[in-house]
Amino acid sequence: MSRLSVDVTVNGEQHSVEVDTRRSLLDLLREDLALTGTQKGCDQGACGACTVHLDGQRRLSCLTMAVQADGREVTTIEGIGTPDDLHPVQQAFLDCDAFQCGACTAGQVMSAAALLDEEGWSTADDVRELMSGNLCRCGAYPRIVDAVLSARTAREA
Amino acid sequence: MRDFTYVLADDVASAGSLVHNDAVARAVQTPDDVAYVAGGTTQYDLMRDGVWSPGTLVDISRLPLADIEVSDDLLVVGAAVTMADLARHPSVVDLDVLRDSLLLAASPQLRTMATVGGNVLQRTRCRYFRDPTVTQCNKRVPGSGCAAVEGTARTHAVLGVDAGCIAVHASDLAVALVALDARVRTHGPHGGRTISVTQLHVRADEDPARDNTLVAGELITHLEIPLPDARSGYLKVRDRASYEFALTSAAVVARVEDGVLAHVAIGLGGVGSVPWRATRAEEVLRGQRASLALFEEAAAAELADAFTVPGTAFKPELARRTLVRQLRDVTEVTA
Repeated sequence: MSRLSVDVTVNGEQHSVEVDTRRSLLDLLREDLALTGTQKGCDQGACGACTVHLDGQRRLSCLTMAVQADGREVTTIEGIGTPDDLHPVQQAFLDCDAFQCGACTAGQVMSAAALLDEEGWSTADDVRELMSGNLCRCGAYPRIVDAVLSARTAREA
Repeated sequence: MRDFTYVLADDVASAGSLVHNDAVARAVQTPDDVAYVAGGTTQYDLMRDGVWSPGTLVDISRLPLADIEVSDDLLVVGAAVTMADLARHPSVVDLDVLRDSLLLAASPQLRTMATVGGNVLQRTRCRYFRDPTVTQCNKRVPGSGCAAVEGTARTHAVLGVDAGCIAVHASDLAVALVALDARVRTHGPHGGRTISVTQLHVRADEDPARDNTLVAGELITHLEIPLPDARSGYLKVRDRASYEFALTSAAVVARVEDGVLAHVAIGLGGVGSVPWRATRAEEVLRGQRASLALFEEAAAAELADAFTVPGTAFKPELARRTLVRQLRDVTEVTA
């Protein structure tokens, strides 16, 4: 079995983890670091439930090899807010009732949090297009769109 | 998934000899056991499914191939530039066909991961190819047959195919690139060369087992994209509004002077075993007075010899309409 040491900063904390080269970043987070907030949905890049930030950009952790994250900075749902100090996107999801079962929510929130830092969008249509990589089986899409727009407004205020 | 060795490449030359020397040692033509990886979005998936099992991956994502340079109406894009970064480059924002081929593809998360070099070399999405329990696949197991021809087909190709393989080349970007007369610059065991994107891929009706014309160890280092003195656009038709592969698409680059098509170049997506350059349609259009009737004649000529199975019987008509609409939109000739 081929193993390699991966140095990765997760939510501001440095970790050195020896991994099988086949390991995904998603499994490194969930199995090696016990950060189970990031969800494994399809495990093939189709649903977006595993979305995290790598060096500030939203990516799919299920399609990222753990070894390719060496030296990089990862932010997960555990790293963007606390129960007492929610990230604006988390607050907006609560305020807009933007989830039902919650399986996709961590990925939705991470995707939206990165979207707030991206340029060139403003409308509900833009949000629908730019959040299209995150599927919601419960069909909470209208409220997710509301939440993303509301978080954007809150940030601009 | 087969166990594999991971190597982070230091420079293009040593990465190339690693892949090339292994291929020579095993006397094979295609670099399958040792392979390059960058974004890995397709490869990792294929490895997990057991469709593709390299023994060593050479990671080229941190080589200095992530620059975009513009000079003399030529855009030179490093192969490791991501789709997202290329789409927001100032020279691309106003080049409709290239920008939309990028932004209408995949999802935002995938576009921040996938590189342009990997995009043009992506494997087919044919579900029979991607399922190792399917025994008939001439692309995976040469000579075994094609399960898709007899099975359920929809997203499959109708041009550059026959009963031996109907796999589609699913890249949107590559369709825009063929319409822009783009080239890839490579570094290989015999030095560097430049290949037109129209010469990069191998049609399924020529050899389904071979995706492209690169030799073992040859690495795409850059895309060379001429910036056209023309209007352009990319129209993508698909089963859902976003985050879906094309059923049909049309990349059109055209310039009309005094009502005459002085320049026209067309790429078709979702219909070809390779990013399809519509040369027959172009021959009908070039130098002629632009009109709706001419557009329809050109589209019909391109799809005249389409090979269909029951599941793809709708495609030639959809492709014709897609092309006609995009010719109308780009030229603003509507009658």
